[in-house]
Amino acid sequence: MARIDLDHIRHAYMPNPARDEDYALREVHHSWDDGGAYALLGPSGCGKTTLLNIISGLLTPSEGKILFDGRDVTGLQPEERNIAQVFQFPVVYDTMTVSDNLAFPLRNRGMAEAEVKKRVAEVLEMIDLGDIAHRKARGLTADLKQKISLGRGLVRADVNAILFDEPLTVIDPHMKWQLRSQLKLLHRRFGHTMVYVTHDQTEALTFADKVVVMYGGEIVQIGTPQELFERPSHTFVGYFIGSPGMNVLPVTLEGANARLGQHSIVLPGAAGPTIGKRTELGIRPEFVHLGREGMPVTIDKIEDVGRQKIVRAAIEGHELAIVLDEDSSVPADPHVTFDPAGINIYADDWRMKLGG
Amino acid sequence: MDKTWNNKAWFMVLPMLLLVAFSAVIPLMTVVNYSVQDTFGNNQFFWAGTDWFSDVLSSPRFHDALMRNLLFSGIILLIEVPLGIFIALNMPRKGLGVPFCLVFMSLPLLIPWNVVGTIWQVFGRIDIGLLGYTLNALGFDYNYVNDPFDAWVTVIVMDVWHWTSLVVLLCYAGLVSIPDAYYQAAKIDGASRWSVFRYIQLPKMNRVLLIAVLLRFMDSFMIYTEPFVVTGGGPGNATTFLSIDLVKTAIGQFDVGPAAAMSLIYFLIILLLSWVFYTVMVTNDAKG
Repeated sequence: MARIDLDHIRHAYMPNPARDEDYALREVHHSWDDGGAYALLGPSGCGKTTLLNIISGLLTPSEGKILFDGRDVTGLQPEERNIAQVFQFPVVYDTMTVSDNLAFPLRNRGMAEAEVKKRVAEVLEMIDLGDIAHRKARGLTADLKQKISLGRGLVRADVNAILFDEPLTVIDPHMKWQLRSQLKLLHRRFGHTMVYVTHDQTEALTFADKVVVMYGGEIVQIGTPQELFERPSHTFVGYFIGSPGMNVLPVTLEGANARLGQHSIVLPGAAGPTIGKRTELGIRPEFVHLGREGMPVTIDKIEDVGRQKIVRAAIEGHELAIVLDEDSSVPADPHVTFDPAGINIYADDWRMKLGG
Repeated sequence: MDKTWNNKAWFMVLPMLLLVAFSAVIPLMTVVNYSVQDTFGNNQFFWAGTDWFSDVLSSPRFHDALMRNLLFSGIILLIEVPLGIFIALNMPRKGLGVPFCLVFMSLPLLIPWNVVGTIWQVFGRIDIGLLGYTLNALGFDYNYVNDPFDAWVTVIVMDVWHWTSLVVLLCYAGLVSIPDAYYQAAKIDGASRWSVFRYIQLPKMNRVLLIAVLLRFMDSFMIYTEPFVVTGGGPGNATTFLSIDLVKTAIGQFDVGPAAAMSLIYFLIILLLSWVFYTVMVTNDAKG
C-alpha cells in the first residue's frame, strides 16, 4: 500500500520525440493517495495502458519520475516494485493447477509453504474457485481463467498497488457485475491502492472513488463521478461520461449572456475574456427542459430506453439531446429552456470559471 | 426434407481413386505380393508364405541395422531437440535480426540431401577436406573412411547441421505466438528465467515440439542419402542403416522377396514408433 506520485511523466514509443504529437503520454503530473481506488477512463489509444505500464514498471518513461511513498522507483523492475497487475486477457500458467497458479507469485518470493497455503485458501474463497482448486488451469473457460488472473493479483497482501488493465473485457456481463462488486468489497476490506483501466464509463464510475479521464495522451480531469457528471472540465469528459453525452453548442459570449443564433441564454455568471478562442456552451440532456416556453426546437426522433425517453432534437441547426421522464409528453410546439445550474462554458474545449 | 440419395455420386470420386491406386495402392500391393513369393528369375514365382518375414526377423544383419537406426534416431533427437529449443529461445523477436536469422536458419533446409552428403564427404576428407585436414593437422586422428566412431560422428554432425534448423523454426513459431502479456505477468509475479521457460514457453511450444519430434524421428529413421554419399554404409557395416541395407538387398543382390518383407517390416516399425511418440506426447499434453 503506497501513495503514488507521478512527477512530470512523459512517454514516447519513438526514440527522438520532437513534437507533442510524438508522445503517447504527453505530461502527467499527479499524486494518487494511498488506499485510493482510481479508474483510468478513456477511449482506445488515449495512453491509459501506457500510464499503467509505467506505474507497474513494464515501461520506463521517456521523461519524469515515479515515486512510491516518496521513494524513487523509476529505474526499478516490476518485480522490485512489489505491485500486482491483472491484464486484459487472462494469463494463466496452463500446466499448473488453479491453486499452484495462485501460489506462484508467493513461492517466487520465497514465502514459507504454510503461509502460502493459508493465503491461497483465502484467495480461493474470495474469488469462489475452491471447488476447482486442484484442476489444471488448461481448458478452463475464459471467465474462470480471468478469475485466476485476478486471484494472482490479489494473493500478495503487502503489494504497493494493484493495477487492473481492462480486466473484465472477456467476462460475461452478469459475471462482470459480480466481480466488480467483489473487487470493490476487497478494496474496502484491505485498503490496497487500486488503479483500474477501462473504456467503459459504467465500470469506472461504479468501481472508483476517483475517476481519471484521459484523452489524447493527457489527463483531462480527475474527479468523483459526480464532479465528472456536473462539471466536466473538458468537452471530451462531457461527451464521454453520461448517456447520451453532454450537448455542446457553439455560442458567442456577451457578459453574463451567451448568444446561440438569435437566442440569448442567461448564464450563472460572466465569463472571463475569450479573445480568439472557440466558445461553446455545454449542457447535459438531463438539464434541458422541454415545454411550451423558451427556444423553439424541431424534434427528429424519440428513443424509448425504458424508464426514460431520449428526444433527439435540433436547435438553430445544432443537435440537441433531451432526457424526458417516461410519462412526460412532447408538446405540439416544442420549446426548450436550459437549467442554469447545468450550464458550463468552454473556451477551446476547456471549462471556464464563471464569475459570481 | 428428405435427403436425396444418388449412388451415382460415387463416380465423382473415381478419378481420385484411380490416381491413388496407381500412385500408392498398386505399388504397395506389389511389395506385399513380392514379400510372400520366391523367384529364380524368368518371371517364375513360387509361394513362400511367411518365410521371408521370419527370415528377416531372425537375421542378425537386420537386427544390427535396426539397432543402428534406433541409436542414430535417439542421438539425433537428444541433440537436435534441446539444441533447436536453445537456439530458438535466443533468436531475436523483432528488428533486423529476425529476417536475417530466419533466412540463415532456412539455408541448410534448402540444400538437396545428396548435396549435403557431398558437402560433408568433401569437408571431412583428410587429404583435401577443410575439416578432416584441419583436425589431423591439429593432432586428432580423424578419418571417417576407416574409423567407425569417426564415421558415426560425421554422419551425426551432418544431420545436426542439416536438420536442427527445422526444430528451430518450429519452436520459434511457437515462441512468437506467445502474447507479451504472459512475459509481463511473469515479471510481475517475480518468475525466474527458468520458471518462464518451464511454465510459459515450454507448454506453449508443446504442440510444435510434437510435430518436430515426429518429423525428425521419421526422417532420421528413414535416413538414406546422406550416409550413402558420405560413407556408403561403411566402414564395414558401421553406418549401414536399414534403408541402406534394404537397397543393397533389393538392388544390389536382387533378393526381391526378402527386400519386400524387410520394407514392410521397416514401414510397420516406423508406423508403430510414430504412434507411440504421438500417443505418449498427446497423453502428456492432456495431463498437462
